Amino acid sequence: MTSHSLFSAFLSVVRRDLLLAYRHRSELVNPLAFFVMVVSMFPLAVGADVELLRRIAPGVIWVAALLASLLSMDAIFRSDFEDGSLELMVMTPHPLSVLVLAKVVAHWLLSGMPLLLITPLLALMFDIDVDVIWVLLLTLLLGTPVLSLIGAIAVALTVGLRKGGVLLAILVLPLYVPVLIFASAAVDSAASGLPISGQLYMMSAILFLAITLTPWPTAAALKMSLG
Amino acid sequence: MNTPLFFEARQLACIRDDRVLFSGLDFEVNGGQVLLIEGPNGSGKTSLLRILTGLRNPDDGELFWCGSAVSELEAAFYQDVAYVGHMNGMKDDLSVEENLKFAQALAIAALGIDDSLRKVGLDGYQTTSIRFLSAGQRRRLALARLLCTRKHLWILDEPFTSLDKASIKMFENYIEDHVAEGGIVIMTSHHDTGLPSKIVKKIELQS
Repeated sequence: MTSHSLFSAFLSVVRRDLLLAYRHRSELVNPLAFFVMVVSMFPLAVGADVELLRRIAPGVIWVAALLASLLSMDAIFRSDFEDGSLELMVMTPHPLSVLVLAKVVAHWLLSGMPLLLITPLLALMFDIDVDVIWVLLLTLLLGTPVLSLIGAIAVALTVGLRKGGVLLAILVLPLYVPVLIFASAAVDSAASGLPISGQLYMMSAILFLAITLTPWPTAAALKMSLG
Repeated sequence: MNTPLFFEARQLACIRDDRVLFSGLDFEVNGGQVLLIEGPNGSGKTSLLRILTGLRNPDDGELFWCGSAVSELEAAFYQDVAYVGHMNGMKDDLSVEENLKFAQALAIAALGIDDSLRKVGLDGYQTTSIRFLSAGQRRRLALARLLCTRKHLWILDEPFTSLDKASIKMFENYIEDHVAEGGIVIMTSHHDTGLPSKIVKKIELQS
C-alpha cells in the first residue's frame, strides 16, 4: 500500500465520521451543554465572590472539560462496533492504528473543538483577564486532544462490555491527571505573571507522545474486543 | 489473476467456554473453488469463519494464504479478503452510495458504484439512507460491496439470509462468476445451494 492511499483512507474515515455527526447534529450539542452547565453551577454553589470565582475558574473549566470529554468518549467506537463496520475496518490493508487515529481526530474536532470555542465566553463570565484566557485556551488546545487519545484506549477496552460507562470513568480519569496538573499550573502562573513556557513544553511533549503512542494500544484493544 | 491462489488451514482448533468446537481441522481451497462449511447450529461455523478472517485467533493451528502464514501477512492478506458477516457493516445514517464509497476508499476499487448497484438490482437507491432499506435489500447491498471492491477471497457467513428466491439465484450467479475468474469463496449456508457440485468442496462440522 502506498502512502498516498493510506492518507486517503485516513481522510475518508475522518470525512465519514464528520458526515455521520452532521446527520446527528442534535447529539453534538449534548457534551457542550453539559460543559456550560457544570461551569455555570459553580457561581451558584460557591457564591458571588468575584475574587474567589476568578481564582477557581480555570480549574473549574478544566475539570468540566474533562467530564464533558469523558461523556462523549463512549460513542467513539460504540456504533462501529455494533453495526459491524469496525470488523471491516480491521480487515483493510491499512494499519488499524492509522484508522483509529483518524477516528480520534474526528472525535476531537467534534467534542474538543467546540469546548475550545465556547470557553472564552465562560471565562468572561468569571471575569478572567484576557491574557489569562489566551493561556487557558492554549492549554485546552494542547490538552483536549490528549484526553481524546487516552480515552480511546479505555473505550476500545470496554466497547465489548454491556455496561462500560462507569468502568470507563474509573479507568480514564487517573490517566488525565498529568494533563490537568500542567494545565492548571500554566494558568495559575499566567495569572500571577510568571513564565509559563515550562508547562506548555511539557503539555506539548505529552500531546506528541500521545499522538505517536496511543493508536497502537487502542488498535490492539479493539482487536481484542472483537476476537 | 496471475498466480494461482490457495488458502490452507492446518490443525485448526477453536475452544469456547471450555467446549472444544472443533480441533485438528485441515483443509485446502484453491482458486476456482467454493468451500461450503456445513454443520448444525452451535457447531462453530461462525467461529471458524471469524478465525479464517483473522478477526479471532485460532486456539491451535495455522492459516496459510498462497503459501505464507496469515499471521505474518496481515496487510497483504487483508488486501485480498472480503467478509460479509451477520452484521452488514453499513452505517444506517449514510446513503447507499456513501457507504459503498467508504468501502472503496479502504480497498482497491473494482466495479463502479452505479454498475454494482445495477447488478444487484438496487439502481436508483443511491441516495437512499440504509435505514430505509429492507433486510433483503441490505443483504443485496453487501453483495454490491463485494462487487465494487477487488478482493480475491470472499468469506460469507449465511449470505442468503432474508433473500428471496430470485436474489439467492442472483447471488449464486455472482459467486460462480467470481470463482470462474479464479477467486475463492468460503461460505456457510443453511439453504441447499444451487451451485454446481464440481466447484463446491464441503466440510462438515460436528456438534
